[in-house]
Amino acid sequence: MSVTATQKRSVGAVLWDYLTTIDHKKIAHLYLIGGGFFFILGGLEAVIIRIQLIKPENDFISAGFYNEMITMHGTTMIFLAAMPILLGLMNAIMPLQIGARDVSFPFLNSLGFWLFMFGGLLLNCSWFLGGAPDAGWTSYASLAIDSPGHGVDFYVAGLQIAGAGTLMGGINFLATIVNMRAPGMTYMRMPLFAWATFITSVLILFAFPALTVNLFLLMFDRMFGSAFFDVALGGNTIIWQHLFWIFGHPEVYILILPLFGLFSDVFSTFSKKRLFGYTAMVFATMLIAFLGFMVWAHHMFTVGLGPVANSIFAIATMAIAVPTGIKIFNWLATMWGGSITINSAMLWALGFIPSFTIGGMTGVMLGSAVADYQYHDTYFVIAHFHYVIVGGTVFGIFCGLHYWWPVMFGRILHEGMGKLTFWTFFIGFHMTFFIQHFLGLMGMPRRYWVFLEDQGLDLGNLISTIGAFFMSFAVIVFIINIFYTAAKGERPSPDPYDGRTLEWATASSPPPHYNFAQLPLTRGLDPLWIEKMEGNGKMTPAEPLGDIHMPNGSILPFLMSLGFFIAGFGFIYQVDHSAWYLALYGGMAFALGCMVVRSFKDDHGHHIPKEELEREAD
Amino acid sequence: MSHDHSLNPETMPQDPEKATLEGKNKFMGLWFFLGGEAVLFASLFGTYLALRNSTADGPASDEIFGLGLVFVMTMLLLTSSLTSVYAMYHMKNNDYSKMVLWLGITALLGVGFLACEIYEFAHYITEYGFTFRSSAFGSAFYTLVGFHGGHVLFGLCWVISLLIRNAKRGLNLYNAPKFNTFSLYWHFIDVIWVFIFTVVYLMGKVG
Repeated sequence: MSVTATQKRSVGAVLWDYLTTIDHKKIAHLYLIGGGFFFILGGLEAVIIRIQLIKPENDFISAGFYNEMITMHGTTMIFLAAMPILLGLMNAIMPLQIGARDVSFPFLNSLGFWLFMFGGLLLNCSWFLGGAPDAGWTSYASLAIDSPGHGVDFYVAGLQIAGAGTLMGGINFLATIVNMRAPGMTYMRMPLFAWATFITSVLILFAFPALTVNLFLLMFDRMFGSAFFDVALGGNTIIWQHLFWIFGHPEVYILILPLFGLFSDVFSTFSKKRLFGYTAMVFATMLIAFLGFMVWAHHMFTVGLGPVANSIFAIATMAIAVPTGIKIFNWLATMWGGSITINSAMLWALGFIPSFTIGGMTGVMLGSAVADYQYHDTYFVIAHFHYVIVGGTVFGIFCGLHYWWPVMFGRILHEGMGKLTFWTFFIGFHMTFFIQHFLGLMGMPRRYWVFLEDQGLDLGNLISTIGAFFMSFAVIVFIINIFYTAAKGERPSPDPYDGRTLEWATASSPPPHYNFAQLPLTRGLDPLWIEKMEGNGKMTPAEPLGDIHMPNGSILPFLMSLGFFIAGFGFIYQVDHSAWYLALYGGMAFALGCMVVRSFKDDHGHHIPKEELEREAD
Repeated sequence: MSHDHSLNPETMPQDPEKATLEGKNKFMGLWFFLGGEAVLFASLFGTYLALRNSTADGPASDEIFGLGLVFVMTMLLLTSSLTSVYAMYHMKNNDYSKMVLWLGITALLGVGFLACEIYEFAHYITEYGFTFRSSAFGSAFYTLVGFHGGHVLFGLCWVISLLIRNAKRGLNLYNAPKFNTFSLYWHFIDVIWVFIFTVVYLMGKVG
């Protein structure tokens, strides 16, 4: 069953392996590849936007194409790049951190990935089929129901499919953390990244269904003639805004909380200190998640909900600064007096603190309902959310990739190139977005195709675009680094950073597909560090060596997702010609048929015999 | 856990649905799934409440709803929840044939409910010209109640598949969690109906 890394396999065998895999580590690879692909795509869209805005009244791209660019940049980056990469990191690391051999639902895990991938592909097919969605990533109904062509239909169908996949991922992680923690791994001994995965999954679980419903409403209105947003028949477009932000605000915490956990682990590892205020960090994360559901209307201050509603949501919004502040200070206190190692992973973590804090501060400014009337829909908002999403999420993703690359791929990324990536990206990021605060305050509205000359906006936009080139350079260096590392990278020991948690306690790097031959016994927070301090150097097993039960791979998740992908085209085009119902029903029937096969065919998994484990240990 | 002897023990444990790790995972996973479903229906209820008076000169709720039929539907669904409890009781006592019997009754009651709902919708459309497209109220009504009906239909397919697949083999630790998760799902559908009965029909008639 197990194939050692040294054996060469044909391309076809590797491809089939990845199409059918239900191993959480390989699904993580798939998420990183898929998310990385969409990250590059979204990045190119961003560069095109910035080139269009490099000078006043530029005509690099047309107004309609610009609308498609901004819509797809936002949608791609959030749903198809940031979230999948985060799900990839969670998949790769969380089961190891809690000492599990796999996740609770390996099959669902694979299905979640393929739904995301096919949803993303469906959405991007729109580029070649008459135009991408153009109603903004928020796709406000008043604009979206009248958007001509099929662009918005692709948005609806693509996100519906990808969103279902994300929801499955969330449920899977929750059940995994509740049921599969290794002996001794109590909740309050879990590393912060595992905690963040848990809390993020709660957010996914309770936020995504609101988007599901919203997308259904828009789909019914656009494709089946219902009247949710049709004012002439009594509809109300504000419903879209509410449901979108009831989903959308927790979504921004889905994007940042996993990285809060990751940074906690990184600061602790590279400061050689236990995380300062572990309990406070856990509860601050919970509090942020809880408050994240209470503040959606701060995106809607100018809608006219009235002063009482605006005040309540303004206060709730500002309250989030408290637990976030606790986290910032705890990270600083973790480093205080520590023996700090500065490498490329740590650089990203260090760069994150000031960048994210600026984003948080502008967040409090935006949270003031009265002042928001001035900031609303200007570049100030653009600057704010790029400071938190790039300065938090993207910095965190780079940090996590550099930190966990050895666990995920068994190689260590090149340090020099890693540092070059960090510094060019860090400088480029601040160049691009810091100046946008002032562009916004000077009145430059977001989503405008051109701006006029001599309004004080020329220089700021030029600087901003140059910054975007710096960031592009950094990403190119990072991609070169990946290929260089794959070819010539150093093969590290399983514990290259003198780690503290269980992902560094595996037998090899990358870990064997069953993770741990014997589940480790956790004796406290930072379990590996405890064993090191007591002179053991490795984890004490919690069980005798025995047969390991592992699930079987399956092609069904891929096929099911393919069915929904085909059905998606059916839904989109049935308004033009009823022959497309064939694709709709055919795709749905195919997907449901796969489900019936899955239900009717018993799958008991397989055992890895004890003898094989002993052989591999030698 | 894959060997047949471990899934078919000599004596069944106290809670066969939670005796294996797979069973515990299914149990926990379904509860989380129902949490997500609760938000899904909450969003639909919110939409319905916002649009329930937006009749756009079409039929209003108090003109079309008939509480008699809705009462029958409520009784059918509430009873089916009770019968699924009986089924789970017999599962825990390892009495396979009685469990199958009560699940069969549950499915029949569900079919009865669904038939009533289809009749109800057809009645509104033919009698009053009240459709999915006639007003925002119509869209919201058919979407909310239809989503619930769709869940009932899915549940029926689920339990019938389970009964067919396991017809020729008894209860074991592999299929006990599957029956149990169906039962949990079925209760959830029932709870949602209680809210629909209150928010849509009672408030629509007298509110």
